[in-house]
Amino acid sequence: MTFRDWYRVDRLPTIYCAGCGNGTVINCALHAVDAMAWKQEETVFVSGIGCSSRAPGYIATDSLHTTHGRALAFATGVKLARPDLHVVIFTGDGDLAAIGGNHFIHACRRNVDMTVICMNNWIYGMTGGQGSPTTPVGALSTTTPYGSAEGVFDISELAVAAGANHVARWTSYHVKELTRAIQTGLETPGFSLIEALVQCPTGYGRRNRLREVSDMIEFLKTHAMLLSRYRKMVAEGKPVPADIFTVGEFVRRNRPAMGVPP
Amino acid sequence: MMQFMEGSLAVADAVRLCRPQVISAYPITPQTHIVEALADMVANCTLDAEYITVESEFSALSACIGASAAGSRVYSATTSQGLALMFEVCFNVAGMRLPIVMTIVNRALSAPLSIWNDQQDSISLRDSGWMQLYAEDNQEATDLHYLAYRVAEDHEILLPAMVCFDGFILSHTYEPVETLSQDQVDAYLPAFRPYQRLDAADPISFGMFASPDYYMEFRYEIDRALERAKERIARAGKEFGKQFGRDYSALVEGYQLEDAETAFVAMGSLCGTVKDAIDEMRAQGKKVGLLKIRCYRPFPGPDIAKALAGVKRVAVLDKNISLGSKGAVGLEVKDALYGSGIAVYDYIVGLGGRDLKKSDIAAIAALAEKGQGDQFYGLRQEVLR
Ligand SMILES: Cc1ncc(C[n+]2csc(CCOP(=O)(O)OP(=O)(O)O)c2C)c(N)n1
Ligand code: SF4
Repeated sequence: MTFRDWYRVDRLPTIYCAGCGNGTVINCALHAVDAMAWKQEETVFVSGIGCSSRAPGYIATDSLHTTHGRALAFATGVKLARPDLHVVIFTGDGDLAAIGGNHFIHACRRNVDMTVICMNNWIYGMTGGQGSPTTPVGALSTTTPYGSAEGVFDISELAVAAGANHVARWTSYHVKELTRAIQTGLETPGFSLIEALVQCPTGYGRRNRLREVSDMIEFLKTHAMLLSRYRKMVAEGKPVPADIFTVGEFVRRNRPAMGVPP
Repeated sequence: MMQFMEGSLAVADAVRLCRPQVISAYPITPQTHIVEALADMVANCTLDAEYITVESEFSALSACIGASAAGSRVYSATTSQGLALMFEVCFNVAGMRLPIVMTIVNRALSAPLSIWNDQQDSISLRDSGWMQLYAEDNQEATDLHYLAYRVAEDHEILLPAMVCFDGFILSHTYEPVETLSQDQVDAYLPAFRPYQRLDAADPISFGMFASPDYYMEFRYEIDRALERAKERIARAGKEFGKQFGRDYSALVEGYQLEDAETAFVAMGSLCGTVKDAIDEMRAQGKKVGLLKIRCYRPFPGPDIAKALAGVKRVAVLDKNISLGSKGAVGLEVKDALYGSGIAVYDYIVGLGGRDLKKSDIAAIAALAEKGQGDQFYGLRQEVLR
């Protein structure tokens, strides 16, 4: 089998806009799943609502496409009823950190054995580019026409604090690292969160001086700072540029987990 | 001033003129254009209000409760899944007697997921204590907002109101709409004067525990206020007609009913299609008419009975279904006409955006004449198992 066999080819092309980063993340995820040599009939994909959450519709396994924000609650039910199944969730920053924020922290706290892939594009993409809890301060959206003034969630740090066993962040530019991080997530018992920063040229880029798709990917490349480097700079008291974001593995640990097959 | 505008933007403009002080909403298709326009107005200071970008509809309406209890005029808008998520909060708004006005851009409910129009979302909240007004076109959709605030904030009423208009069919359609000036709206809708509000100097509590000795009386009072609202809506609708030329004093409105043998009953944009179909059927000598329900909550049963007294049969077009029973409007029309001997047939139509054409209206009239009803209309047999 190859990663291609995991696609529902008859459902392609996707609904995604030209240049959207979600397709890249799905590709990375299916490469990682394929490398696990899992069987399709033992793997379930779960999602909420959003562009990112459309992913399971393109994958040739059983899936639950649920309501906005609730994917983790549904997935918890699947996993506890059938611990023998592999449960993978696709979600977005809005789905996971806004309307689904409560389910998110509690799934981390319970450390339920599942892998969550969050495509964070800093915006509600599907509904037309409104500000989300990860929209950077000052960024333009259809509900913040002069720039968002609210503080943001760091989704990965939130998962670490709430108790997840494995947390990593990469971007749609870092396909190799992202694929590896997803595979680590799939291998790790307990709750695993992989945050993938992705370009949304339609809802975010064109409003925020990243007009071309390549501008956004360039941004993801040049503004990513390795967590190890960041921590070293902080320890040495060196000034860290304000506009960077950290990438790498935030945590890998072995807290007691729920739903791990015996 | 007559303007050619998208329905959502016309509604947003009407909301601006109502001078809400706090707006709280979460985006959801097809409501987004309304709240984006309002966010823009607040950012550009053409509307002096707080716009709260919350993290869900549950929070949106909860924030509205807080703001309304604190003494502000409050607005929100949602649809479908968003309204479903507000279920708990909706009952609280009515129970606390807070005059919040919310636009419902009618859309079907999951699952399966559909972003298209029907009226299942607001109909499912018919028991929550909110008034519900349904608009046929975008002019009516805008006008009903002024009326809704006026009635909701009336100290004899003090209940929230949903102004419902059909998703996409109206919300995303351009129509000529007469927009009002701020002076005109101010002359119709007085500044908000809360009946009671949170006030540290004179503390009160909203939403406290009611023992079995009190709970029923609270519910009875809401029901009584809804009953009073019929007369207040009629009065506010008449006053609107006097000031702006469009009279909304009737909770239900007849079209070609005088000598009709078969009467349709419908709500929302469907009424426009039915009127056109009636014109065609009349040209062929068929005596058909329409009763449009503008105000669904409070339910104007006696008005309906009066308006339909002369017809032989009634065909109710329900864009909703109380699964396991019948269409919600059909059930209540049957109740309103109980004992009259008039046959009432219910047709479930247009769910999840299924289009209803003039030819369908004629076909439904034919079914009613044959005595066939209480059924789904327009099912695709080939996809059923
Ligand atoms: C209860 C509810 N509220 C609102 C919506 C409308 N809605 C659909 S997707 C979405 C946001 C999607 O944003 P995100 O999760 O970040 O995914 P993206 O589309 O950006 O990938 C919203 C608000 C909904 N479907 N259900
Ligand atoms: S709106 Fe954004 S996230 Fe959605 S498909 Fe288009 S580019 Fe992708």
